[in-house]
Amino acid sequence: MDFTFTEEQNMLVDTAERFVSKEYGFETRNRIIGSEAGMSKAVWQGLADLGLLALLVPEEEGGLNAGPVETMLVMSALGKGLLVEPYLSSAVMSTRAIAALAGAEQRAEWLEQMLAGTLIVAFAHDEHGARHDPLAVETRAVRIGDGYLLDGRKSVIRHASQAGMLLISARVDDGIALFAVDRDTPGVRLATYPSVDGARAADVFLEQVYLPESRRLGQGDSSDTLLAVLDTGLAALCGEALGVLQRSLDTTIEYARTRKQFGVQIGKFQALQHRMADMLIHVEQARSMTYLAAVRVLDNDAARRAAALSAAKVVVGEACRFVGQQAVQIHGGMGVTDELDISHCFKRLFAIEKTFGSALDHLDRYRRTLAA
Amino acid sequence: MDLNFTTEDQTFREEVRSFLRDHLPSGVRHKVLNGTHLDRDDYLAWQRALHARGWGGPSWPAEFGGTGWTPVQQYIFDEACAEAGAPRLVPFGLKMVAPVIMAFGNKAQQDRFLPPILAGTEWWCQGYSEPGAGSDLASLKTRAVRDGDHYVVNGQKTWTTLGQYADWIFCLVRTDPDAKPQRGISFLLIDMKSPGITVRPIITMDGLHEVNEVWLEDVRVPAENLIGEENKGWTYAKFLLGHERTNIAGIGIAKRELARLKRIATSETRHGQPLLQDPLFSAEIARVEIDLMALEITNLRVLSAEAENRAPGPEASILKIKGSEIQQRLLELMTEAIGPQALPFDRDAMAAGYQGDYPLAAYARTPTWQYLNLRKLTIYGGSNEIQRNIISQMILGL
Repeated sequence: MDFTFTEEQNMLVDTAERFVSKEYGFETRNRIIGSEAGMSKAVWQGLADLGLLALLVPEEEGGLNAGPVETMLVMSALGKGLLVEPYLSSAVMSTRAIAALAGAEQRAEWLEQMLAGTLIVAFAHDEHGARHDPLAVETRAVRIGDGYLLDGRKSVIRHASQAGMLLISARVDDGIALFAVDRDTPGVRLATYPSVDGARAADVFLEQVYLPESRRLGQGDSSDTLLAVLDTGLAALCGEALGVLQRSLDTTIEYARTRKQFGVQIGKFQALQHRMADMLIHVEQARSMTYLAAVRVLDNDAARRAAALSAAKVVVGEACRFVGQQAVQIHGGMGVTDELDISHCFKRLFAIEKTFGSALDHLDRYRRTLAA
Repeated sequence: MDLNFTTEDQTFREEVRSFLRDHLPSGVRHKVLNGTHLDRDDYLAWQRALHARGWGGPSWPAEFGGTGWTPVQQYIFDEACAEAGAPRLVPFGLKMVAPVIMAFGNKAQQDRFLPPILAGTEWWCQGYSEPGAGSDLASLKTRAVRDGDHYVVNGQKTWTTLGQYADWIFCLVRTDPDAKPQRGISFLLIDMKSPGITVRPIITMDGLHEVNEVWLEDVRVPAENLIGEENKGWTYAKFLLGHERTNIAGIGIAKRELARLKRIATSETRHGQPLLQDPLFSAEIARVEIDLMALEITNLRVLSAEAENRAPGPEASILKIKGSEIQQRLLELMTEAIGPQALPFDRDAMAAGYQGDYPLAAYARTPTWQYLNLRKLTIYGGSNEIQRNIISQMILGL
């Protein structure tokens, strides 16, 4: 048993945390989420310059080939800054999918640009009505000549409008395949909107989108890889949640130390002390399950892996709800204003709870493993 | 023991429902049932419709132009209105300042201020909270100094709900800084057009402008706008806070939102089955429905005591705590029911009559902003922590 991090891992955390605290203050973030693009190219380039976009890129392509623990640590640091750039979608999930499935030429072309920060790839898998049943894909790719025709709709795809390329899952004759689709390919239409947490998302409509064979990643049924990528994303998301949870707790404790009512700091009231103690318990339980997720995400037994990740999402999701709500409550009226960062933490925690399946969705998924 | 309303009360309920069918403006109704944000004209249209029927003051005694309804009738009215999709009555004039003016104002003040409230021609806002005086309201610092036949007011109020629409503000001001905090407070009515008043919006996390800061700088207020006696304002303030009880639990609103949750859970599916039949989700709906059932009966018990002139007192805190928690839970479950559709957040698409290219089911467009918006329920009107203090001290004697 060992819950310590290596020196390299601690340095990684330092790097990411220093970047966030220096380059991603609350005012800066407000400017970014209020801008037309909804992200900062400079921040993205900064992440590239620090090597953070190369985290999951294999060594052959010039990357760090790091694992889920490093991913969790970086995501947690970025979570503390409420980063709205497409790190999870592009640098974690899409990178992982390409590394796992793509051929040598594809990898060389895409990964090089991705780690340099010149290509953002949005992972476009979710569909309306699938309710995070991971393999409920209705988008279809029909073989035509030496390529494919794609039809379907991908729903609430984070960062789609900021990406140069989309990784789209689609049903093929022999299962599910992933396709690399440039955003400006004819037949691709985006309905873009802000997400509740300030990021950008879109529904992606695909109508008779022609793709040559070279845009398909891998051969045969890629369902297993798809599940592994989704689990990688979920484990990383739990890491991000930790960062936001910790920031919410720290901010609330600081507020309770300074805000006075009835002549004393409100942190002196036992009712609030116990509430904050419960917040801490939620954060620590979420931390434990995030560690579990980071370890189990490499498990090749898909069922065991899925059960552990669902369990993690239940605990993390419930922590997101409790800590977010109580952080706002303890801030009183100030907690519901746009002006304080705590409401922005609250909204990100709300979004995380709803991403890749809610706590209740995963409770349902876990429940089904009991009798299996 | 009988949990039913009397025959007269049931007849009354039918009368209210019939009025609602004919006179609740359909556009307003549609907005309320779908969780769309309401604007000033929506509230005023409803107040005027009620006034035309002679129901402008459902909680007012007949001598001031009110309906003279019993607490039970008021409850029935509120519940029927909420369930039918009527907006809430804007409380600041009707339910907050008016009872104070009736109880402690003089004849001239009553004649001047009450009729426009009833008719919906003057909008009031509340000047209680200050940046340093929230839960600890008595620590308020806004100062009023007598100068001839005027008071000169300086200070800052905050969380002034819909103050941007207001013609008048009722303010708690400090007139004796040397007395104990509760003793040196007075209750002033101030014209929002007075020189020296600045209203600044506070944007909340749902992106809306609902609350404001109100800055008062050398605002001259005629001394005739003082309610009751100088330095007795805390008594009136407490009277105001304790006055509106029959609707504090929001039973009608909760029933309406529960019905909306069930409609959404009928349309949304998991594993090919409507959420309403999903074992986990339906259990959550059942739990909140049962919680609401209990609260409804608790509310009726409080009402019944009130009807028999047994003062309801601190039991209102139970209603406020449970009522606010149930409403928050209902919205939380709606955001759960719509799944990933809870994430898109486009204010334009949440407006009534939106025709643009926003790929969400109509019922999925509003739960998220309402969920964010309703975090205020457990904070305002005496936070739920303060309500629990009241219960511990006043009921449990701790």
